[in-house]
Amino acid sequence: MIKLTIDSRTVEVEKGTTIFHAAKKLDIEIPTLCYMNLGDLKIEHKPGGCRVCVVEVEGRRNLAPACATECFDGMVVQTHSIRVLNARKTVLELILSDHPFDCLICAKSGNCDLQDMAIKMGVRSIPYQGEKSTYKPDFSPAIIRDMDKCIMCRRCETMCNDFQTVGVLSGVNRGFEAVVAPAFERDLDHSECTYCGQCVAVCPTGALTEVDHTTQLIRDLADPEKKVVVQTAPAVRAALGEAFGMEPGTLVTGKMVAALRRLGFDYVFDTDFAADLTIMEEGTELLDRLTRFLGGDKQVKLPMLTSCCPGWVNFFEYHFPDMRDIPSTARSPQQMFGAVAKTYFADKIDTKRDEMVVVSVMPCVAKKYECTREEFKVNGNPDVDYSISTRELAMLIKRSNMDFNSLPEEDFDKPMGESTGAAVIFGTTGGVIEAAVRSAYEIHTGKSLKKIDFEQLRGIEGIRSASVDFDGVEIRIGIAHGLGHARKLLEDIKAGNSEYHAIEIMACPGGCVGGGGQPLHHGNPQIIKARQKAIYAEDAGKPIRKSHENPSIIKLYEEFLGKPMSEKAHELLHTKYFDKKMKDVLLD
Amino acid sequence: MTSIKLKLKESEVQQLKEAASSFNNEPGELINVLHKAQEIFGYLPAEVQEVVAQEMNVSVAKVYGVVTFYSFFTMLPKGRYPISICTGTACYVRGAEKVLEEFKRILKVPVGETTPDGKFSITCLRCVGACGLAPVVMVGDKTYGRVTTDGVKDILKEYEDAE
Repeated sequence: MIKLTIDSRTVEVEKGTTIFHAAKKLDIEIPTLCYMNLGDLKIEHKPGGCRVCVVEVEGRRNLAPACATECFDGMVVQTHSIRVLNARKTVLELILSDHPFDCLICAKSGNCDLQDMAIKMGVRSIPYQGEKSTYKPDFSPAIIRDMDKCIMCRRCETMCNDFQTVGVLSGVNRGFEAVVAPAFERDLDHSECTYCGQCVAVCPTGALTEVDHTTQLIRDLADPEKKVVVQTAPAVRAALGEAFGMEPGTLVTGKMVAALRRLGFDYVFDTDFAADLTIMEEGTELLDRLTRFLGGDKQVKLPMLTSCCPGWVNFFEYHFPDMRDIPSTARSPQQMFGAVAKTYFADKIDTKRDEMVVVSVMPCVAKKYECTREEFKVNGNPDVDYSISTRELAMLIKRSNMDFNSLPEEDFDKPMGESTGAAVIFGTTGGVIEAAVRSAYEIHTGKSLKKIDFEQLRGIEGIRSASVDFDGVEIRIGIAHGLGHARKLLEDIKAGNSEYHAIEIMACPGGCVGGGGQPLHHGNPQIIKARQKAIYAEDAGKPIRKSHENPSIIKLYEEFLGKPMSEKAHELLHTKYFDKKMKDVLLD
Repeated sequence: MTSIKLKLKESEVQQLKEAASSFNNEPGELINVLHKAQEIFGYLPAEVQEVVAQEMNVSVAKVYGVVTFYSFFTMLPKGRYPISICTGTACYVRGAEKVLEEFKRILKVPVGETTPDGKFSITCLRCVGACGLAPVVMVGDKTYGRVTTDGVKDILKEYEDAE
């Protein structure tokens, strides 16, 4: 152990501890900007680049970055001497000297770490005037890059390269021209970007934001010729409250429905309905593959991988295209919803396809891209017209002058608003596979589950494995969240070392609760865990907790689809995947 | 970025792959492999960087980051007679800047680029260890010392009929 003094107080820490962590032990919060620590997710980003966390160390000539300087025995540190305070302010002034002054109209205004820090440091003028770096803005279907606002904290690089292993972003060029960009400074749309949005989720400024569809939505809601239908993903209800000052983990399902109705949607439905439908299709596909496998069919592809997450789908299409016959062919719940809404439900309300607008509210940035995929369009008309994020919904509610906290609790409309507890847990890592197991077990064994909760599938570890007893047959299940973890499981499969029958993969940390479209966690991983807890609480409180018992789903099959994996179901609810690997060198 | 893909020579790609494997395809050896790649191809176009990324098991973005960070690496093909003007301290104080301007004026290309006929390219470098001869200019492997602005056209003349 090492003993040191910080602001005249003594603290003992282990060798290798940084000044930042030692100070934290004394409840001294040293301000940071580029630093990021996502605790349980095992991501610590400490490039020591922004210099906001500098402190004075006795005997050291220059100031030391607290996030990247290790403590030594007898060290004497001052975290708020006049020299430190002046240096921090100067650092901020220098960063701001190469930053646009458009705070008033910036998408991140009010939610920006740089703005907060400027306020905290009392910056009142920018004494350094000179050239500003400018870059061409990059508009992809999901993410907007405005690198004029980049402060080179490089958190996005850590998420993209280390956590997700997608490797699209890198610091390029040098000195004043330095910027974070894809290879050859191409647009994201011409890179291997999966649109997972984790770069957006950690960007401290307005450099990385999502594509905003709220203006389009307001226009559609005001159009009397259009029937506007909304679906809300499970993870949204566990996070939306945060935007209105509620504790992380507060469930706001009923208030959210009330707000959507007041915004003017004609039908307020639930993606959870489609999640139950996903289980019917994906669960049946899994049972089918398992039955064939256990019957001795060596051609059958196992493990089966889930396919709900569009970031994950992009990932394997780019990085593992030769394995694209392994994931389930089931479309994501968002897309199943759209396909059913514009056929089955459109018929019910006697509305033509092009008079209906299907909007989704998603915790996700990649869903914006997913809606635009050609295979999810009929004669150019998309099954889901566009997707807005949890953040965009919060903004719309505020803009519409609603007091969210005092709204009544209302129920979703029927039939596509009816759902089970199994559907709700789609919002967290481990949830999709637990929902699948609940139904697959009962359908396979013909027995009713004594205990609906599969605790062995739950948790926050990046890679988890568990087995479930299917009446004498052991079903081995793998779970990964974060694409870096998914890559490990995929490489095992490729090498023939995978022992799983089924694997659930979600691109974001914690699953959709930690999605790129959620209210910003500002580096606090406890928020993601609180949302996860809320999701399981909603499940536990549901009267029906197994997808195959959802009455509206049963009716949908009776009236329209026939049975799972029927021809109609294949046409509307399944998809195929593409080889998107960047063609390397073209040789003769 | 142009959308026209450059076709690399199979034999040169093979050479590059061998170079990468001589460094055990270790990601930490990226800079060394890029040096070799530039030796083989003369410059580092996107297509070469893609091969390097694949061989070294690092992302193309990362390779591009390194290539754009170090001024030694170039993504533009060099001329058949690459002109390097030393702008190190000694050469600079003895008028390298003016010499550079004269090359740019006569050849009508900025630093880092190549004349349209592919004959000359201009780059700057920092100190070739011949400060006694400052200002120093190199054309290929040949060194010219105490170069004056008037001397620039004489140097270029030497290569006029070289082909």
